[in-house]
Amino acid sequence: MDINLTLIGQTIAMIVFVWFCMKFVWPPIVGIIEERQTQIADGLAAAEKGTRALDEARVKVDQMVGEARTQARQIIDQANQRANAIIEEARGGATEERERILASAQAEIEQEINRARDELRAQVAQIAVAGAEKILAREIDPAAHRELLEQLARQI
Amino acid sequence: MASEGGKTASEYIQHHLHNLQVCPTEHGWVWNHCAGNPLGINVDSMFFTIVLGGLFAWLFYHVAQRATVKNPGRLQATIELIVSFVDTSVRDTFHGQSKLIAPLALTLVCWVFLMNLMDLIPVDWLPTAAHAMGIEYLKVVPTTDPNITFGMSISVFILILYYSLKIKGVGGFFVGELMMNPLNPKDLGLPKLIWPLVMAFNFILESVALLAKPLSLSLRLFGNMYAGELMFILIALLGIWQLPLHFGWAVFHILVVTLQAYIFMMLTIVYLSQAHEHH
Repeated sequence: MDINLTLIGQTIAMIVFVWFCMKFVWPPIVGIIEERQTQIADGLAAAEKGTRALDEARVKVDQMVGEARTQARQIIDQANQRANAIIEEARGGATEERERILASAQAEIEQEINRARDELRAQVAQIAVAGAEKILAREIDPAAHRELLEQLARQI
Repeated sequence: MASEGGKTASEYIQHHLHNLQVCPTEHGWVWNHCAGNPLGINVDSMFFTIVLGGLFAWLFYHVAQRATVKNPGRLQATIELIVSFVDTSVRDTFHGQSKLIAPLALTLVCWVFLMNLMDLIPVDWLPTAAHAMGIEYLKVVPTTDPNITFGMSISVFILILYYSLKIKGVGGFFVGELMMNPLNPKDLGLPKLIWPLVMAFNFILESVALLAKPLSLSLRLFGNMYAGELMFILIALLGIWQLPLHFGWAVFHILVVTLQAYIFMMLTIVYLSQAHEHH
């Protein structure tokens, strides 16, 4: 319990250890802590910047999607209009065609009727002539009618 | 343990509280008969204090050399935690610029903590081992030696004086700080005639306050650790009952060990920051 030279020894030891700590321990460790703090602060700032950029991008994306949607709607509308127009056009063409076909069929039918009528007419004439011939052949008196027949032949 | 080596309880306690000493006498260097010799050296205290200080210095140096900014290991993280803790304590209390105070605080807190921690080694282990090696006395906890605590507190006191004189100047320190407080004759409006009287009174008061700083700093640490060590020794005398009691006291002592180291560091910072402040 006496106070003796140990006091001086301890004082010297303390000076040495404090000097060592001040020279070789404190600066590197604190330097590293501070460097890491700086890095963390930078990282947080970068993260915040990134978040802000993300928000901005999201707004832009929303805007672009909206625009695209509007354009798509316009395109669909145009396509519908065009389709309707095409259908209308086709309907018009088809009506015209139908009328044309109907008309030509009508004309053909009339032609056919006329031809049949002519043919019939010719046949009726032949039958009439044949009938007349048969009637005439029985009743005609070649002698009495010679003059008339000759006159007829002359005319032919 | 009471009957170890046929010693009485009193002899056992005496033996445990005896330092291993060496001192020069007219018969040359003598071991352990140094009571009252101012040139004696407490070999055990010096040994443990240097070993523990060296352990602190080596460990922190080791980590400081290998420290990386990215991917700190567990050891590095722990060391950084301690360093940040000290750094924060210093920054909170001390507002000046000093390259010395923070490393000083770190050294003191770690060193005192390690020295106090020796108290948790069961009291008979190291002395018995030393006895087996032929060493008669061994006091394991350096902070139970007032030489050690005074050695540190006097160094702090010298720093207090140095910074006071450096920051305030000789006049500022002796007259401004020690004589014009706490009763300032100028503020009290006293006649010039009785100023010296008031100043002398102040000087006595402030000198006591100043000298009390290193004294209380070292005696607080010494007293706490000495009492704790004594309790451990007394508990060790109790035979089988020492086991639960020793455990309980050791758990409580962990608190004392840490707290005393922290208080020693904190008061050092406070005293040095006071030395830097102008009134």
